[in-house]
Amino acid sequence: MTGNHPPVADWTTDFDHADPEWAARAPEIWADLRQRCPIAHSERYGGVWLPTRHEDVAAIAYDTEHFTSRSPVVTEGRPLAPAPRGIAPPISSDPPFHHEARRLILPAFSPRAVAALEPFTRDYCNELLDAVAGRDVVDAATDYAQHIPVRVIAKMLGFPPEDADIFRGFVHDVLESVDLPVEERMESFLRLDAYLTAQVEDHIANPRDDLTSYLLSAEMDGEPLAPEHVGGTIVLLLIAGIDTTWSAIGASLWHLARDAEDRTRLVDEPELLPFAMEELLRAYAPVTMARLVKQDVEFQGCPMKADEWVLLPFPSANLDPEAFEDAEEVVIDREVNRHAAFGLGIHRCAGSNLARMELRVALEVWLERFGAGFSLADPDAVTWSGGQVRGPRTLPIAIG
Amino acid sequence: MRVQVDQEKCQGHNRCYALAPELFDVDDYGTASARNDGVVPPELEDKARLAAANCPEYAITVEDGA
Repeated sequence: MTGNHPPVADWTTDFDHADPEWAARAPEIWADLRQRCPIAHSERYGGVWLPTRHEDVAAIAYDTEHFTSRSPVVTEGRPLAPAPRGIAPPISSDPPFHHEARRLILPAFSPRAVAALEPFTRDYCNELLDAVAGRDVVDAATDYAQHIPVRVIAKMLGFPPEDADIFRGFVHDVLESVDLPVEERMESFLRLDAYLTAQVEDHIANPRDDLTSYLLSAEMDGEPLAPEHVGGTIVLLLIAGIDTTWSAIGASLWHLARDAEDRTRLVDEPELLPFAMEELLRAYAPVTMARLVKQDVEFQGCPMKADEWVLLPFPSANLDPEAFEDAEEVVIDREVNRHAAFGLGIHRCAGSNLARMELRVALEVWLERFGAGFSLADPDAVTWSGGQVRGPRTLPIAIG
Repeated sequence: MRVQVDQEKCQGHNRCYALAPELFDVDDYGTASARNDGVVPPELEDKARLAAANCPEYAITVEDGA
């Protein structure tokens, strides 16, 4: 749970992305900071910076010389896993190690590889909606969105689909409980580690055609991967694709459920979906990444100290009026849209093709089923996640 | 019209391939390249501009004329 810290006194000097207020209204906080304090600093988490303009977020994302990716999630402690591999390669890796570690996993997420998973994803989305058929109210987050990416990544990794609740628990522990003391976080990491060790051992005993067996047999520079590398990459694949994509699906349905004009238009003009989808990704980008400052550096006049965190709120960059026309408006047929929902630079989300396929299929299946006949059941009942991944966690939608 | 992909800048977002698969291909690592030496048939010029305008890394250039 978030809210283990004292409430934020001043968002320019004391911000905290685990504060309940951030979960409730982060876009307003970013808009305010972009205006009056575009690079904020907080003493929390041992020192953390928050650039909010597109230009600054991009500059730090591109600057792998002064900023390390060693741990992309801001927490109270500092990561034990050293550079260049970091805790969950390649997201936590720096060049040049990063390049090869990333090339190991990219082919599994290429457009062609992802296209092969589409029929399975579509069938599963239909199954989820079959299960709620006849209900007046469907929770688009808990009945629908949250299940889709978990099921697909479990299939890719060759993990038991019935363990979905366990995976979501890990995601919660790793990404949403960031303000807990280090010792408590360590306990949840040990649970995750024990679970993965059992899965890896099963794959060593019974190799099969999935990503886990692929990583166990993969080589880098002619050597098998270190066990920490295999484990770290599996953690990444398991965690990174779940609540991110679930948030994107949920936020898109949230928008459509409250905007009758946009949902009617999308039903009448389905050819708009590719543009609408990118616009919803821009406007409601779920993911904020993080870096650590390598050595003391001055950035845009800010004295950043070694081992301080830097949050990279790509969603705030996407809402910057300096970078996008009518940035605060959702324009579902927006044609020029260089949004940064999947990051910028060498750490561009490796699963972006998969995420886009899941989002598109989830929206297509939902709209096929309900047409424009759905709306928010109770706007006040909608809740949003805190931390670095933003999306609806409760989303009751009235059908009909 | 011709299009060019700067493969140093390309990070594999694959927006060009999604918007204009007639003009761009991507390899297994997501790196994009222009098909047909970058030559854009007249009927695909709008698509070429669209692909360039959606590249988050500014990796695509469009040369008009010639």
